[in-house]
Amino acid sequence: MNNKNVIKVENLTKKFGDFTAVNSISFEVKKGEIFGFLGANGAGKTTAMKMLIGISTPTSGSAQVADFDVFTNPEDIKKNIGYMSQKFALYDDLTVKENITFFGGIYGLSRKQIEEKRCLLVEELGLQDIVNELVGSLPLGWKQKISFSVALLHNPKIIFLDEPTGGVDPITRRQFWEMIYKTANNGTTVFVTTHYMDEAEYCDRVSIMVDGKIEALDTPTKLKEQFKADTMNDVFLKLARG
Amino acid sequence: MKRFVGFIKKEFYHIFRDRRSLFILFGMPIAQIMLFGFAITNEINNVDIAILDHSKDVTTQEIINKIASSKYFSIKQLIQNEAEIEAVFKKGKVKAVLIFEKDFSKNLTKENNATIQIITDATDPNTANTISNYTNSILQKYQQEINKNIKIPYQIIPKTRMVYNPELKSVFMFVPGVMTIILMLVSAMMTSISITREKELGTMEILLVSPLKPFQVIVGKVVPYIFLSVINAIVIVLLSIFIFKMPVQGSLFLLGIESILFIITSLSLGILISTVSATQQTAMMISLMGLMLPTILLSGFIFPISSMPLPLQVISNIIPAKWFIIILKGIMLKGVGLTFIWKETLILAGMTLFFIVLSIKKYKIRLE
Repeated sequence: MNNKNVIKVENLTKKFGDFTAVNSISFEVKKGEIFGFLGANGAGKTTAMKMLIGISTPTSGSAQVADFDVFTNPEDIKKNIGYMSQKFALYDDLTVKENITFFGGIYGLSRKQIEEKRCLLVEELGLQDIVNELVGSLPLGWKQKISFSVALLHNPKIIFLDEPTGGVDPITRRQFWEMIYKTANNGTTVFVTTHYMDEAEYCDRVSIMVDGKIEALDTPTKLKEQFKADTMNDVFLKLARG
Repeated sequence: MKRFVGFIKKEFYHIFRDRRSLFILFGMPIAQIMLFGFAITNEINNVDIAILDHSKDVTTQEIINKIASSKYFSIKQLIQNEAEIEAVFKKGKVKAVLIFEKDFSKNLTKENNATIQIITDATDPNTANTISNYTNSILQKYQQEINKNIKIPYQIIPKTRMVYNPELKSVFMFVPGVMTIILMLVSAMMTSISITREKELGTMEILLVSPLKPFQVIVGKVVPYIFLSVINAIVIVLLSIFIFKMPVQGSLFLLGIESILFIITSLSLGILISTVSATQQTAMMISLMGLMLPTILLSGFIFPISSMPLPLQVISNIIPAKWFIIILKGIMLKGVGLTFIWKETLILAGMTLFFIVLSIKKYKIRLE
């Protein structure tokens, strides 16, 4: 694996008035790595992620994403990353094809590029029968896969996944992680937040946030050793309960 | 630019695939204009009246025939004495009673004046007022006819004079109001709902993470509504001209420009609403309560501003619709040019600028 760091974060802090949502966090993520970003609700995961994807300006510290600075070049960051939220946000009243065309379009892909991408996607995901269906009529699992593929349309260097498997069944979750592995193998860095501790085991490295700070950061195997736990679930419980 | 075209195309898909918004967009203007034009008018048709004729002579018979032949009244009952008046009113049979005094014809020829008493049921003051106006104009007409060949004119009632709308066609008065309401509804409510919908679905977040600038997202969302509002304005003007035979006295070009200005005012209000509301429901409530209600009540559309209490008169000045209605009435009914309405236009433009600046300040890129 290439050792180049695509995300470099140092003492990144975000305050809302007196409340410190993210308290001086530092970490690096390598190219092609699957980086798990864990934490209880309200631990500051989402805030940290929003700073990295350029829609929230940090209070202090520094961070480079895809070689661009979050303070000075958030617009360049946006061109080089993909983002998928827990809502699998696609337009329900547009067909699969129209969604692909629209999202490809806002990332500045040409009509020809979109066309090529779409054919590729249809084949890979087996969308032949549903490409002209409205997204609203599809099951959640399909929406999740399509949403993920749409976030990858413009070949981003890093893809940010915000709780990408919420509300789907275990089989679909399994299939989804296969897609994540494939993406990482192609050299795209995957930055993923999740609540499912079994998913944390699939990550190359995992960080656990508690009250705005990163309390642990290592490979799942080493974390389990360090906290003398059998599963990531136990690691998480030990940390989160202090 | 190409991104932008794609965005607008997407916006039209949303509108055309949602029956509810399609109905609001195109059903509402037509339904409203028809409603106000035909049903909720100050015009009266076939109002039941009773007549108490104390003299029963040629002149009173002629007047009664005139009234009976007009489409406004139908004579329900001929009563014989004063005691019956209250009874017919209480039964709700008639809206008005006309009483001819004794020796009506004699008084008219000998003393040159005669009295008709008009008693109206004022539980519905608007109708009562209209009835007395209509009766007066019928009497006046009759008076003119009989006075043609006579040197000293006979007098039946005092004169009333009406300008701009001599036939009292209330639809002419309603068209500017309805147009204002509809443009407000479509532009402000529909845009605020469509922007908050993206927030609710989570797609706004995706759009903000994309290389599109927030400014482009907002402009992309409002452009289709400008287009649709202009079409609506055209439909309303055409309906008024061809169905209600309303003459547009002033320049259609000026009318178009002023309409676009008001559409932009409403859109900027819509954007402002969407910045303060997180859900479609909130946006809808704010639009209805905060915009539609004051617009209907305080703009001078239904209730004349001059007859409001002073505090309300002052408040009415901050309602954009008030100024637009003045502009519309000026152009449509009086046929005035920009020299007469530049002040109102300037106020509207100033308000628009204010709302836009305020929305930009309020517009939160951070979604939580």
